[in-house]
Amino acid sequence: MTITRGTSRQYLVALRAMIVLTVITGLAYPLLITGVGQVALPAQANGSLVTVDRRVAGSSLIGQSFTDADGTALPEWFQSRPSAAGDGYDAGASSGSNLGPTNEALLDTVDERRAEIAAREDVAPADVPADAVTASGSGLDPHISPEYALLQVPRVAAERGLDNAEVRGLVESMIHGRDLGYLGEPTVTVLSLNIALAELDADSAN
Amino acid sequence: MEWLLFAAQLGTLALLLALVYRPLGDYMATVYTSPRDSRAEKVLYRVVGVDPANQQSWSSYLRAVLAFSAIGVLTVYALQRLQLLLPFALDLPAPSEHLSFNTAISFVTNTNWQSYSPEVTLGYTVQMVGLAVQNFVSAAVGIAVAIALVRGLASRSAGSIGNFWVDLFRGVIRILLPLSIITAVVLVAGGVVQNFAGFTDVTTLTGGTQSIPGGPVASQEAIKELGTNGGGFYNVNAAHPFEGPGAWVTIFQVFLMLVIPFALPRTFGRIVGDNRQGYAVLAAMASIYLLSVTAMTAAELAGGGAATQAAGAAMEGKETRFGIVLSTLFGTTSTITSTGAVNAMHDSFTPLGGGMAMVNMMLGEVAPGGVGAGLYGILVIAIVAVFIAGLMVGRTPEFLGKKIGTREIKLASLYILTTPTLVLAGTALSFGIPTVRGDIEGTSIWNPGVHGFSEVLYAFTSAANNNGSAFAGLTANTPWLNTALGVTMLLGRFLPIVFVLALAGSFAAQGTVPATAGTLPTHKPQFVGLLLGTVVIVSALSYFPTLALGPLAEGLL
Repeated sequence: MTITRGTSRQYLVALRAMIVLTVITGLAYPLLITGVGQVALPAQANGSLVTVDRRVAGSSLIGQSFTDADGTALPEWFQSRPSAAGDGYDAGASSGSNLGPTNEALLDTVDERRAEIAAREDVAPADVPADAVTASGSGLDPHISPEYALLQVPRVAAERGLDNAEVRGLVESMIHGRDLGYLGEPTVTVLSLNIALAELDADSAN
Repeated sequence: MEWLLFAAQLGTLALLLALVYRPLGDYMATVYTSPRDSRAEKVLYRVVGVDPANQQSWSSYLRAVLAFSAIGVLTVYALQRLQLLLPFALDLPAPSEHLSFNTAISFVTNTNWQSYSPEVTLGYTVQMVGLAVQNFVSAAVGIAVAIALVRGLASRSAGSIGNFWVDLFRGVIRILLPLSIITAVVLVAGGVVQNFAGFTDVTTLTGGTQSIPGGPVASQEAIKELGTNGGGFYNVNAAHPFEGPGAWVTIFQVFLMLVIPFALPRTFGRIVGDNRQGYAVLAAMASIYLLSVTAMTAAELAGGGAATQAAGAAMEGKETRFGIVLSTLFGTTSTITSTGAVNAMHDSFTPLGGGMAMVNMMLGEVAPGGVGAGLYGILVIAIVAVFIAGLMVGRTPEFLGKKIGTREIKLASLYILTTPTLVLAGTALSFGIPTVRGDIEGTSIWNPGVHGFSEVLYAFTSAANNNGSAFAGLTANTPWLNTALGVTMLLGRFLPIVFVLALAGSFAAQGTVPATAGTLPTHKPQFVGLLLGTVVIVSALSYFPTLALGPLAEGLL
């Protein structure tokens, strides 16, 4: 009988401890961080949203696809990496392909992508960089490598009737180097690049 | 060039960890040895109904751990099943019984295995009030158990091993919560979101639509790394740009996963009154870590596998902003602690790179391991190491003045046997029971051939070691895997804790024997080498055959 009473007391203590710690770490703590975030760092806390003509056009951290409804690349835009999130860049369904390194299906997909991109950009298949033929881990990678961005310059410039050197200059100005010079890899944010590209196009049309 | 960057990034990490080793380790020692309770803590103890001055025997300490964890499982299970009644449920229905069972155990055991895709399964309340709370308390439980063992080793005359409730509250309030607050704000500054906005629908540049998720992510991300929990707020974990927005944030996250496990040897040294003991443990942990991260990075940079070679680099499943080096740094850290977070998809790693993730877990997660679990893990291995050394010279082994007798070596052996047994039995049953095998091969496995076997082996390795990372192509949300992995996580967490606390009690009950000329010194390089050898031999003997069937077969085909 004493054992039973001792045991049930133990569980009551455990329950009360769980409730107290839930209030502290499950309510007070996240609400405090939300308050600090919303007051001091609202842009980041709300998803680093970017606006075009005062309309939210996406997030600078979340990639988008620049394709038509069938998934065919729109040639007047810089293209993002392949994506395994939903039908591509579905921000509600982040996902990698999870295809293994010896999986035939991945091998075939990579070969197909390489041929398609080489044809689209009119370059040798060997010149297509690795990030262009692989899906990212998140399926929402906002970046491409500077090599892949520069590879796309002639096609985009020709489609828009812009000067090749001008578009190349735009890409080069938007290459984000490694953090602190040595962390991570150099990147180009595709959405930001395409927004700047549209502005450049509009300016030259005027 | 890559290797130069790798060395610079590793150097940065080592410098940061070295800077905090003494202050944080000493601080944690003070937290767990101070006789004083703050006024706020006294109020909390009164509310909860515990006497902080009460010293527990090892068995009542254990009963408190188990009672608290049982309440944790029930709480998280209930919150999930009642999801639709909770605010911020995002209209998501309650997960199934077997999934809720798996997830509840997963977060209480500090595993954070996720059979589900969070953004389409769990609303904000379950994540915040259910899962993130367990991230705090399961981490605090891990540290408490390690500290109890250290107290046992340090006790000079039939001492106690402490009071679980005090250790739990102090771990949360004095260590994890203050660190998480600072960390979460830094993460928000780096781009990690923190809001209750649900999904924001936007029209993309080309006129399509995109639903951008929100959520209280930074607050959860902070404790997810600091507590070596690892459960992502989103499906792809830290590969998601809202969880892992950039390169410097990644180095910071890697630092967070390592900071407490690497500082605990200092705490250990402090409490046993000999800092050199802490340095010896640290040296063993750091050597294994260094070898491991170098091996995985080499495998990924070399780019094994036909598909990887066709792509030109191992970038499938990796983010542009991280590249290969930050992905392997994160992947190694996550699997060699008990975190299990990922910022790249391990299923798409090269055969040997993905194999290293498994090896890291199979080493028992002791380099530096999970918060608390890493320290008690390596101390148990140290006990085995002095025993082996004792056999070689024919003396009764002792560790820090405590005799390693029959009872102690039995407990240490049981500890070491638990995880391999669970991993191998779970994997074997999955392929051995005919109906289950059909389900595993038909539904769960994603990649064909030996890689598919690796997915299942990885899952049980991850669950038994309370890691939580996955070869995520595996569909684990099935009755068999949810149940089998749930039971594996439960036994993989609490059986070792039973053995560790029994050891703590047995050491606390002993007096100490004075060191003599025949005592093996446990703070010298010789012992560090012995410790390393024991870690490697124990896991190699247990796992080599299965590794040969999985990643080794795939990598060397």
